[in-house]
Amino acid sequence: MADPPTPAPARPRDAALGSGLGRVLLLVYGIFALSASARALVQIATHFSEAPLAYLLSAFAGLVYLAATAGLALGGARGRLIALTSCTIELLGVLIVGTLSIADAVAFPDDTVWSHYGSGYGYVPLVLPFIGLWWLRHNRPR
Amino acid sequence: MNGPLSIATIVVALVLAVWYLVRTALDRPPGNLDLWAMLGLGALVAVLVVVAVVGLFVGDRPAEWTTFVGYLITTVGFAPVAVYLARLEPTRWGSLILGVAALTLPVLVLRLQQLAEVTGG
Repeated sequence: MADPPTPAPARPRDAALGSGLGRVLLLVYGIFALSASARALVQIATHFSEAPLAYLLSAFAGLVYLAATAGLALGGARGRLIALTSCTIELLGVLIVGTLSIADAVAFPDDTVWSHYGSGYGYVPLVLPFIGLWWLRHNRPR
Repeated sequence: MNGPLSIATIVVALVLAVWYLVRTALDRPPGNLDLWAMLGLGALVAVLVVVAVVGLFVGDRPAEWTTFVGYLITTVGFAPVAVYLARLEPTRWGSLILGVAALTLPVLVLRLQQLAEVTGG
């Protein structure tokens, strides 16, 4: 394992949104897109009436993660806009749902990705939008 | 689900995760050995999944067996996807991709075990 040390080249300005750290984000957003939407599908298909609000929120969260993944993968002005919108919604979502799930536990008898600020997912849903927004800002067109 | 095999998979994944995170911190791109190690972990996971699928036919089915099958498909596809993405990214971030994957796999295996324990009878 004697790799030659590689000097870290400066990131080119026109580098794609979905490369470098962006590709790591792509993977993590992809994981969450899959897990949130799959969870929502199962919940809605099998026991929707138990907690309709929580399950619809799960589905919504899944769509937001899907959009963020697609935006990062697309890149360009349009992809950036999609990613920026979905990361913002994601940040608001995790903060609002996180707060509501603690304040009003009755409305959230079953968990969503965003319940308790994403504690069921190692708080990654709380941290992820910040990294996403930082990355988009870091790569803003100049 | 096979207990010892699951534990072996989790331990290997965590050891690899530490290694990949160190590589990321040292600003090293994933080398061939790193990629092969992830494929090796993928093979271990594939064996685990095959054992679980056989269990679906011979033993008790998990109560939430649709979820279980969904997790099985995700789990088996995970390492190859990580290797594919890491090969596209020959920078330190490629190592981080492998690290994230190696940290996610134990979670998937634990979830599979949880789901397998609750059987529908």
